[in-house]
Amino acid sequence: MAPGDSSLDTASALRPVPAVTVASPAHARNPGMPLLLDWVRDVRVNRSAVERRAATIGPRRGVKKQWQAAWLLRAIRLMDLTTLQGDDTPGRVQRLCAKARRPLEQHLVDALGVGSLELRTAAVCVYHEMVPVAVEALAGSGIPVAAVSAGFPAGLSPLRERIREIEASVAAGAQEIDIVITRAHLFTGNWQAMYDEVKAFREACGDAHLKAILATGDLRVLRNVARASLVCMMAGADFIKTSTGKESTNATLPVSLVMVRMIREFLERTGVQIGFKPAGGIGQAKQALVYLAMMKDELGRPWLEPELFRFGASSLLTDIERQLEHHVTGRYSAGYRHPLA
Amino acid sequence: MLGARDRPEAAPGAAVTSVAEIYESMEYGPAPESASAALAWLEAHGNRFDHFIDGRWVAPASGAYFATIDPSTGRELGKVAHAGKADVDAAVAAARAAQPGWAALPGHARARHLYALARLIQRHARLLSVVETLDNGKPIRETRDIDIPLVARHFLHHAGWAQLLDSELPGYRAIGVVGQIIPWNFPLLMLAWKIAPALAAGNTCVLKPAEFTPLSALLFAELVERAGLPKGVVNVLDGDGSTGALMVEHPGIDKIAFTGSTEVGRIIRKATAGSGKHLTLELGGKSPFIVFNDADLDSAVEGVVDAIWFNQGQVCCAGSRLLVQEDVAQALWSKLRARMETLRVGDPLDKCIDIGAIVAPVQLQRIDALVRQGVAEGATLWQPSWAVPTEGCFYPPTLFTDVHPASSIVQEEIFGPVLVSMTFRTPDEAVELANNTRYGLAASVWSESINLALDVAPRLRCGVVWVNSTNTFDAACGFGGYRESGFGREGGIEGMYAYLEPAFEHGLPQLPEAAASEPYPGFVPGGLHLAGSDGALVSIDRTPKLYIGGKQVRPDATYCRAIVGHDGTLRGEVGDGTRKDIRDAVEAARAATGWTGATAHNRAQVLYYVAENLLARRTEFVARLAQHGGDVAAAERELEATVARLFSYGAWADKFEGVVHNPPVRGVAIAMNEAIGIIGIACPDECPLLGFVSLVAPAIAVGNRVVVVPSQRFPLAVTDFYQVLDTSDVPGGVVNIVTGVRDDLAKIIAEHDEVDAAWYFGPAAGSRVVELGSIGNMKRTWVNYGRARDWFDPRQGEGREFLRQAVQVKNVWVPYGE
Repeated sequence: MAPGDSSLDTASALRPVPAVTVASPAHARNPGMPLLLDWVRDVRVNRSAVERRAATIGPRRGVKKQWQAAWLLRAIRLMDLTTLQGDDTPGRVQRLCAKARRPLEQHLVDALGVGSLELRTAAVCVYHEMVPVAVEALAGSGIPVAAVSAGFPAGLSPLRERIREIEASVAAGAQEIDIVITRAHLFTGNWQAMYDEVKAFREACGDAHLKAILATGDLRVLRNVARASLVCMMAGADFIKTSTGKESTNATLPVSLVMVRMIREFLERTGVQIGFKPAGGIGQAKQALVYLAMMKDELGRPWLEPELFRFGASSLLTDIERQLEHHVTGRYSAGYRHPLA
Repeated sequence: MLGARDRPEAAPGAAVTSVAEIYESMEYGPAPESASAALAWLEAHGNRFDHFIDGRWVAPASGAYFATIDPSTGRELGKVAHAGKADVDAAVAAARAAQPGWAALPGHARARHLYALARLIQRHARLLSVVETLDNGKPIRETRDIDIPLVARHFLHHAGWAQLLDSELPGYRAIGVVGQIIPWNFPLLMLAWKIAPALAAGNTCVLKPAEFTPLSALLFAELVERAGLPKGVVNVLDGDGSTGALMVEHPGIDKIAFTGSTEVGRIIRKATAGSGKHLTLELGGKSPFIVFNDADLDSAVEGVVDAIWFNQGQVCCAGSRLLVQEDVAQALWSKLRARMETLRVGDPLDKCIDIGAIVAPVQLQRIDALVRQGVAEGATLWQPSWAVPTEGCFYPPTLFTDVHPASSIVQEEIFGPVLVSMTFRTPDEAVELANNTRYGLAASVWSESINLALDVAPRLRCGVVWVNSTNTFDAACGFGGYRESGFGREGGIEGMYAYLEPAFEHGLPQLPEAAASEPYPGFVPGGLHLAGSDGALVSIDRTPKLYIGGKQVRPDATYCRAIVGHDGTLRGEVGDGTRKDIRDAVEAARAATGWTGATAHNRAQVLYYVAENLLARRTEFVARLAQHGGDVAAAERELEATVARLFSYGAWADKFEGVVHNPPVRGVAIAMNEAIGIIGIACPDECPLLGFVSLVAPAIAVGNRVVVVPSQRFPLAVTDFYQVLDTSDVPGGVVNIVTGVRDDLAKIIAEHDEVDAAWYFGPAAGSRVVELGSIGNMKRTWVNYGRARDWFDPRQGEGREFLRQAVQVKNVWVPYGE
């Protein structure tokens, strides 16, 4: 490992690409489709009504006792355990990967009777530089590495560089690539440019799955979120994702509901299943349960599998562990009692 | 009996679902709210409740109790007292005794009491929620998140009205003892809607909850005790329709406020007719839910869920008629069916269900019968694939397509989770279909175009319009209906007026009853004393005619009536109007919609112009009025007052405006003062011209069209006046005048279903005739019960009271945000 090595070419040249296979059955990719501008422009989103619906999802759908425990385990399974800090180091990433492999302490696994599930997170999500470390640390676990790429989080480096970054991350072993759209294309109404760019990223991904981040905190208006969702899906994104975690507003339920509805509409019109990843701002077990209920009610059971749903989260796991500990022991737990990610 | 609610999660011996299994299935499990505190409350009362009268718990005189049932299990929760005549008498007497003291308290003191109730409700919110859910069967999510918070909000808001009563509503006084009969669909919320404004205004209450859902009102009575309200201010009686009937007929009750079915509302209107009891009715509905092709369809689907599957569809304002623009109908229905699959019906105490239990087996049977009828009539029924619980009163969400306005299920209020859907082509057709109902309570309009939504909203004949939303309520916003959905508003200042009356009304003298039976001759012997005859040459004979559709017409039957002056001389022969003349007048009024759509500025100009032209004929009118009163000075005063009154309403025409509420949503609720439509007016005999103008001018100032029966004894000033209307740009059909026997004509008007409101100012007997006649279409009435106003006194003869009677307040909720 050469942490100081910043050259993309060198980095990919130095590290062999391990032949990792994803444990879960291969999910049908989104083949993409031509850009249909009429569809994009026809989208209507009523903010107040969306907020009203979003506000009742949680109150309408409580899960208690063993149902809650099981749902929280499911949330762990759907988690992209993430570190995206400027001060990330191999040591930090290794620690995260260890947590991804063993997200729960053994005594909790035993008490819940879920040893057979071999619970692990959905992926580990890091910057390109940390991909090799993560790939190595996760070797044999079946946990894919996701790389944020293409000039993350602003996405404003030269397009050619962004494409090369994707290629390099894929070459380094990333099986999932999280890119961020150019928000300017939306504000200038240049849907074609947005489409072309995402399509180019998708091609650069090869077999790696593409998650398109809309940076919804920047888009502000829900109708923008809906339109950008559609364009990304048309361009071939396998997942649409809310946020980089770096915008001032991260994933919210109303934004998520809008994206999920667009996924449903895309499914209805094309038959293609697209994944959804809310990211940032989901730090509590209770919030995770609401998201799961939303996915189940709006899209159905298939969207509670890692192929179609992820939480992008860093602190969520600790809160889930605390809740599970409470479920098992009946006592409220403290964060320090659970192994750090 | 009651321990059943505390059942273990799984029956003993049943396999417990493992975490690993659930992890795979990802099913929702049971998430029950505990009923233990509510059951403990019931048990602490020995599961038996007496009446709350005069601050004490009193056993029923008859010793009779009846059971109240949890509809989700069929189990008995407890027994409540059944009130008979002695109990009603005792409660009314207690309320009567308490009323002067309560009304005499400073507003601030009443405000403190109402504030205490609001806080007590908040403190005991969960207990109230669970009790309500047990008794009614509605989901705990709704009682907890919607009903009970709104109850607290209502008391807090009305604590404010008590505080501000003197400064904001001067010149008004409490009505007295109010009898309040509330339904089972929102037991505590309807209690709040009734009791909070009544108490704020200084009334005392006798409240009867519905027999299916007595418990939350009894728990509320305990909070009243705890809050330290004076004894007798709030009295709660339980019973069935017979108890309600005793209240309705009780001479000691000054006002009846009823929420419930149109059928019962009609019975109450009939029973109280002519009694002088104030009445507000909030009745049924078949409210349209209109989705235009530019709506956010996914959000509209959620709107439908909130419209018709809220409270099992047992909501008077439920959006039960889904009208969809044809080009998006298939898409919307497809989304709706998918959404219906994910709704959950079951144990109302489960926090993870959407639809609870129907309130009682009899309601379930009614829903089932109507659904069967719908199927038999050829409608296409769709229900989700899953099954509802077989024990308890449950019914699945149901969608009917292939229905038509002629289908029974499109016209009948089902009061259950049953939606019917039709298509429309244009906004006009949407409005036409929406208004094609005997009801007029609420409507929901879904469109992303502000132009479209705000164009359609005022054209819907109903009291509440929700734009891109549905079933939202707030204490500051009036709620109530048009047509057979009742009259009167609850909430806001409109709701306060429903519990107040002008302070002067009590002191008014009673008109002699004889006036009605006074002979009203057809042909009298003697010569006609024509005005303007100077002896040399007889004046030209004039035939006062009816005035219909802007034309002077002869009465259908071409009989006439003799009109004599104060001195007994024959002063003219007016047409003897009949039901056919009323029919024609209403037809003309119906057609004159341009007036309602005219600008306020335009109407103001016309009213000023009428005044101008009347004054120009001052001499003639003074002479005419003097024929009646015999006093030229008095006639001059009446003419001057009439001109001034016309000016008043010219002034008001563009000033009696609505308000913008700020309900707790991001948006506004626009309270629009809308013309009622066609108002039938029977004018007083005293002040034949001033009385006529005092009633007609406010009605037309706000855009109504009127059918008027002028003073029976002396209509000649009015038959002269139509020439003034003719020369003053009053469009034909806006004012229609039919002379004849007032009470006969008033009855025909009151019974005419095209007429939207009936006003009567004459002897007491006529008031009863009008109120009785109104039950056909449940039109609003405004009558004087034989009391004589002083038409010259501006406080009694003009102003806001008249204008309020001339409008309906429509609240248009407009949430916004991009």
